[in-house]
Amino acid sequence: MDALPAHMRPERSFQGFILALQRFWAEQGCVILQPYDMEMGAGTFHPATTLRALGPKRWNAAYVQPSRRPKDGRYGENPNRLQHYYQFQVIMKPSPPNLQDLYLKSLAAIGIDSSVHDIRFVEDDWESPTLGAWGLGWECWCDGMEVSQFTYFQQVAGVECAPVSGELTYGLERLAMYVQGVDRVYDLNFNGRDGADKVTYGDVFLQAEQEYSRHNFEHADTAMLFEQFKMAEDACKKYLAAGWKEGGNQKEHLMALPAYDQCIKASHVFNLLDARGVISVTERQSYIMRVRELAKACGEAWVHTEAGRAV
Amino acid sequence: MPDLLLELFSEEIPARMQAKAADDLRRMVTDKLVAEGLVYEGAKAFATPRRLALTVHGIPQRQSDLKEERRGPRVGGPDAAIQGFLKATGLARIEDAKIQTDPKKGDFYIALIEKPGRATIDVLAEILPVIIRTFPWPKSMRWGARSTKSGSLSWVRPLHSIIATFGPETEDPDVVKFSVDGIEAGQTTFGHRFMVPSAIPVRRFEDYEAKLKAAKVVLDPQARKDIILADAKQLAFAQGFELVEDQGLLDEVAGLVEWPVALMGSFDEEYLTIPDEVIRATIRNNQKCFVVRDPKTGKLANKFILTANIEATDGGKTIVAGNERVIRARLSDAKFFYETDLKTKLESRLPKFDQIVFHEKLGTQAERIKRIERLAVEIAPLVGADVAKAKRAAHLAKADLLTEVVGEFPELQGLMGKYYAQAQGEDASVAAASEDHYKPQGPTDRVPSDPVSAAVALADKLDTLAGFWVIDEKPTGSKDPYALRRAALGAIRLIVDNTLRLPILNVAKSALAGLPEKSDAEKVPGDLLAFFADRLKVQLRDQGARHDLVDAVFSLGGQDDLLLVVRRVEALGRFLDTDDGKNLLAGTKRASNILSIEEKKDKRMFDGAPDAGLYALAEEKALAKAIDQVKSEAGAAVQKEDFAAAMSAMAKLRPAVDAFFDKVKVNADEPDVRENRLKLLNEIRAATRAVADFSKIEG
Repeated sequence: MDALPAHMRPERSFQGFILALQRFWAEQGCVILQPYDMEMGAGTFHPATTLRALGPKRWNAAYVQPSRRPKDGRYGENPNRLQHYYQFQVIMKPSPPNLQDLYLKSLAAIGIDSSVHDIRFVEDDWESPTLGAWGLGWECWCDGMEVSQFTYFQQVAGVECAPVSGELTYGLERLAMYVQGVDRVYDLNFNGRDGADKVTYGDVFLQAEQEYSRHNFEHADTAMLFEQFKMAEDACKKYLAAGWKEGGNQKEHLMALPAYDQCIKASHVFNLLDARGVISVTERQSYIMRVRELAKACGEAWVHTEAGRAV
Repeated sequence: MPDLLLELFSEEIPARMQAKAADDLRRMVTDKLVAEGLVYEGAKAFATPRRLALTVHGIPQRQSDLKEERRGPRVGGPDAAIQGFLKATGLARIEDAKIQTDPKKGDFYIALIEKPGRATIDVLAEILPVIIRTFPWPKSMRWGARSTKSGSLSWVRPLHSIIATFGPETEDPDVVKFSVDGIEAGQTTFGHRFMVPSAIPVRRFEDYEAKLKAAKVVLDPQARKDIILADAKQLAFAQGFELVEDQGLLDEVAGLVEWPVALMGSFDEEYLTIPDEVIRATIRNNQKCFVVRDPKTGKLANKFILTANIEATDGGKTIVAGNERVIRARLSDAKFFYETDLKTKLESRLPKFDQIVFHEKLGTQAERIKRIERLAVEIAPLVGADVAKAKRAAHLAKADLLTEVVGEFPELQGLMGKYYAQAQGEDASVAAASEDHYKPQGPTDRVPSDPVSAAVALADKLDTLAGFWVIDEKPTGSKDPYALRRAALGAIRLIVDNTLRLPILNVAKSALAGLPEKSDAEKVPGDLLAFFADRLKVQLRDQGARHDLVDAVFSLGGQDDLLLVVRRVEALGRFLDTDDGKNLLAGTKRASNILSIEEKKDKRMFDGAPDAGLYALAEEKALAKAIDQVKSEAGAAVQKEDFAAAMSAMAKLRPAVDAFFDKVKVNADEPDVRENRLKLLNEIRAATRAVADFSKIEG
């Protein structure tokens, strides 16, 4: 491997850290995707995971996904909590037999040496009620800190996974803070430079955290959001209905992806409404159900598309 | 005799499932062996995060041979019958069968079937894959490319390899040949994931366990626990501290490591301003670390003990530093929560309870708090509590459920309420009730003695019981989702241990009156009292008392003062241990038996006062006199709640009853004398009812 310039080393810069992970997973045959261009609560929502986890075709991909958690905003005052942060997501279908080893090697690639760090796989049953998905796996601990989630998908969008995919999610900021040895996320060195050239995570995102916290908790237009939820839900159903191809020998769907976009949108709008505190406990359950119904219908459509069906 | 070694090597098994899985494996394999006629000498199973292992020793090499005679058709019988017989018995020709002569029915064919026992290794090859495929994990999963196939293996996490060897000590054992979903059984395992990850060939349990140890894997969970506990104590002791022992945490941590290494870390002393329980919950629940205390003060020290899974090349410096960072962040959150909570008065949290449903049929939490408050006010004077304090305590008791700390650590409910109440200057009894009104939680939990706590605790429990009774969510069998048995037992212990006089039926009626739901409200109080009687029986039985005595007392009716019930039962128990008691019981039972026979015969009761003019014998008169005397003495003693005296009075009945049965013929020839004597018998029964219904007493 070419010697990396100092500022690009994973323990020096946030961007170098991300690039090291991308490079590692590219070596394992993953396609390195770019973030999906929609707001979503977790990297799992990316169609490259949710939809591609379904169907029999091989699929290995890795990407960074900005994750929006409106409720987790803290006006930039909490050293760890953010309403917008990055997840690094890996999906391998079928899950290779050595996925745990690959994961540990990826940690080595970002500077976590297993001869001095205590790395553990601690039970964590993953479930996403909004995606109609569940899997078994672990929280991965490094010296007592949860740094990743490791899941063998059993069901996604209400469809049994066959074959099963392995999914890895790295909390990038948290891991980078550990590797860089900083206690406050805003102190992360973003570009690995020193002195006047240094750009921190705070330089990039602190203002955004403050502004979005105001927006998420105080000003987000709830009337509009209620309307948007309804519109996204209707659009999703409409596209799904329109996507089924008439005639032919087998059932085929031609618009699963655009329909699924509306499901992602509905989910994010729900998260915003939730952060604004305008959804009661009982209503909350019914909103989650409504998103799940969309996700399941999209999953059903996807397994009747070119990429999602049996060859 | 040969031994079996079995190892199932997988990705990390959840800690909480390991002990049961080891036990299930041992049970399933040994049950199957026995079912196959293979009796073994001993078996032991083990679990680590990455493996289940089983050794069964002293299994016979082969099953015993079985010999069986089977009777066939008549000699010269139809050909179809003979062909069928040959097929069923596996004989080649009918000439191979013996002929047995039966003098009545003629000659029959007899087949001698010899079923040779199979080699145990072949039996194992058959049963082990079935056990693996049907293993009862609480949750299992599919994985990898094979997961597309139907019938692919499910395991708790991906299964990687299997060891199965069988053979006598003196020789190299054989591999039991089978495969499960593409995994061939063999004799290779792997050492510690990080320290000795290489493949290790093994033969039998002895070298398996030793080689694993050399490869930094302690196979036996108990050994891992012993190591962690001893090392943690030592680390604490070396610094002048004392480990806060925690069995649940120890069990869990031992299931997270194959090679335990205890290390000590510290946190900033500023966090010691947080209550100890919050520090401990933070460090225990989130980080699975132990805390230590200063033996002099009993307060927590700013140290914690973690259990790593490796011997780090830097002696653990990095690991400790990492854990310290996480614990610092966690404690910083906890401190923030605690301090935030302190800024809000408990009562100003209450309006939020309007939005929180307690149970869809029982209204909101706010409504429930109001009910408890009203009930506590009613109970307070009965238990010697200050009414205003009881009201205040009930008002605030649930408020901590809405605090940040309790949101984070639900197990600290009540305790935090007490701290926050103290901090806002509440009366000590009022503050204590926040914690103590949940008590007692179980048969060994402390019973609060402060009357304010007792009043709120009783109000809380009775509201719960009345509520779930009305909506018909009573416990059934092993199902008791709302812990109603525990609530009833808690109320009983509060009453008995504090010697409280509480008319529980009235309080229950009052609790019912406050509920939003009304149904069969007539029936409920009695039902509820019967439930208390049941719980009391269980409680007394656990303490070694006779449960039939509880029935004998409750059967008197109107017994809703549980303290008096208990006292009566105690006095009755002591009385029945004496000769007087035993004989009186026998006499009373005899009277009852005769009465019930004659009542049935005559289809009438023999109640009403006997006619003194019809007494013919001295024993009758003596009995009548004794009954009168006992009735008034025992009655007076019961009035004074002096049950021991009531029993002593009862004892005076005994000689008269004995003499009566000795000398008097109840079923006299003159109908009026007979009737009168039966009435006298009825009076015995009536007299004893001053203390208990003797007919419910066994023996």
